[in-house]
Amino acid sequence: MNEIQNDPWPSWGLYPSALNQSYQDLLSRLSLIPKEFDTILPRGFGRSYGDTCLNDHGLLLGTSRLNHFISLDESNGIIRCESGVSFDQILQLIVPKGWFLPVTPGTKFVTVAGAIANDVHGKNHHAAGNFGHHVVCFELLRSNGERLICSRTENPEMFFATIGGLGLTGFITWAEFRLSKIASAWIEQEQIQFYSLKEFFELSAQSEEQYEYTVSWADCVSNQSDIRGIFMRGKIASPQAQDNFKVHALSSIKTVPLFFPEWILNKFSIRAFNEMYFRKNLSEQRTDIIHYDPFFYPLDSIHHWNKIYGHRGFLQYQFVVPYKHDSGKALAQILDILKRSQMGSFLAVLKTFGSKKSEGLMSFPQEGVTLALDFPNYGPSLLKVLEQCDTIVREAKGSVYPAKDARMSAESFKVFYPRLAEFEQYVDPQFSSSFWRRVK
Amino acid sequence: MKKILIIGATSAIAQEVAKIYAHEKAELVLWGRNTQMLDIIAQDLKVHGAAQVTNISHDLNDLDAHEKTVAQVWNQLQKVDVILLAHGVLGNQLEAENDLDELLQIITSNYISHVSLLTFLAQKMREQKSGTLAVISSVAGDRGKQSNYVYGSAKAGKTVFVDGLRNRLFTAGVHVINFKLGFVDTPMTKDFKKGPLWAKPNLVAQGIVKGIEAKKDTVYLPFFWRFIMLIIKSIPESIFKKLKM
Repeated sequence: MNEIQNDPWPSWGLYPSALNQSYQDLLSRLSLIPKEFDTILPRGFGRSYGDTCLNDHGLLLGTSRLNHFISLDESNGIIRCESGVSFDQILQLIVPKGWFLPVTPGTKFVTVAGAIANDVHGKNHHAAGNFGHHVVCFELLRSNGERLICSRTENPEMFFATIGGLGLTGFITWAEFRLSKIASAWIEQEQIQFYSLKEFFELSAQSEEQYEYTVSWADCVSNQSDIRGIFMRGKIASPQAQDNFKVHALSSIKTVPLFFPEWILNKFSIRAFNEMYFRKNLSEQRTDIIHYDPFFYPLDSIHHWNKIYGHRGFLQYQFVVPYKHDSGKALAQILDILKRSQMGSFLAVLKTFGSKKSEGLMSFPQEGVTLALDFPNYGPSLLKVLEQCDTIVREAKGSVYPAKDARMSAESFKVFYPRLAEFEQYVDPQFSSSFWRRVK
Repeated sequence: MKKILIIGATSAIAQEVAKIYAHEKAELVLWGRNTQMLDIIAQDLKVHGAAQVTNISHDLNDLDAHEKTVAQVWNQLQKVDVILLAHGVLGNQLEAENDLDELLQIITSNYISHVSLLTFLAQKMREQKSGTLAVISSVAGDRGKQSNYVYGSAKAGKTVFVDGLRNRLFTAGVHVINFKLGFVDTPMTKDFKKGPLWAKPNLVAQGIVKGIEAKKDTVYLPFFWRFIMLIIKSIPESIFKKLKM
């Protein structure tokens, strides 16, 4: 366990560990890929949970010095910036000008290149698709020194391989993408309690037309027979009298300073937390106007929240399965397995993905319902349960998200990602990752 | 519109300071060595709102060019409101103990180049009778210790020089401010193991701009270094010399 603590470049889940990783930053977007390493993996903020951001015995080539903006077209909402620019930095620049990110994951501490490499999705998937859908073009630096401008019309095969390509096709030096216009920096949020999967699907179907953002928190550990949770839907609020384009606070002072002892999170405390969370609203339904920061990034205000799981780290599990033809049977089966296993998930996030087809060869989202769970690293028993879940996802023709994965088998990966063989021909010969060597 | 000169403009802290002034729609001149990096930074500052950015690419250790280049800055800006001297190198202490080149490199980059520049800049500031000269120094200059006394001595010399200059320029209405920085997480310190005392460059930059606005004389950044150094300076030398610091 010590090596996890001492690894200066862990993944966000602190599991698995990687040995002998070297790290250096690309000095500028005009630099070349270093030659002296057998394997190279681009590294942004290391917010991937499992091993897609690890490179055992290889080099992590950082983007932290590629943090400059290149241009901003304020009238049309098109931004071009270096690959290491974070969503945090972008929001600070664009929100006061009445623009917002077209798609954002649940943290603003990700880089633009990381968002492309994982073709990230957010609460507006049903309306806006993935981040990749909004990318206009980018420059890809290959290990042979080639610089390819990639777009839907120029080097399109490289463009679609790199979106969702897990950083394996080369190093993105800069990217250009479209922003979305906002009337205010505030969200009109409604929260509705639900007491069954059926209710959840009904709420989703009702809300998708009118609400740009939907997501649900689900309690997977209560003793109820069906699932319960809170359905959250939101849209950009109309202009506010005060602080209409207010930017999020710069840097939080709250941080988890130490690793929590491992006994703190157990099935009882997790159940108690879920009970409390379910009751937090007191009423069945409530509406508030809240700032985009707590709406999109509730965990960003506590730095290093990943340490609450202790040194053992934690595993995330996110899958998507179609539900329209079987009324969510596959999802219900998986929830049942998890409940019977008694392995609690602290936060379970449930959302329907829309019909917009992903463009990347290896993009995760597809039409269906997605569930994201996190588990303290319970060891082999957890791995066994997740393997059972994978079987159901495979049969349902769904998929598991590599950005959160630390354990899926090579067999499953091939089934989840049928365009793998096509993708492989675009992988840079010098690029690799711990994940890639595990599942290839 | 504020007019700002940033010397050593490619440093991480200097870039963050420049961004704050860019947001205020200032006009900036960036002086550094790496032309390509200066172009990248200038583009970034324009996106952040800078009214105009001009680059001067010249090695800061080329002392013979200082006077001419300072004149060039005034040609561009006419009047300068704030000057930040942010360049310097950490160097390698162990190497400097045996290698004269390394020793002189550290002293030149952190002291000689600064005092030469300050001398020419002071002439111009005195003529225009306004403006602020801000110098980035280090807490390492507060007390000599074996791990970095070469670097520290250059910073200490600079502190005395800057104090004297502040005194001299006071009657001319020119303000001189010395920033003593603690640990900052920048490319210069990438090989250090980071702990809770380490600060991010953007927060240090905010402190620098605030200090300039408030016309402070000496500012420790982050503020708690004032107390840390107070304690370190209070240790009697008879004990201090035995410590491994």
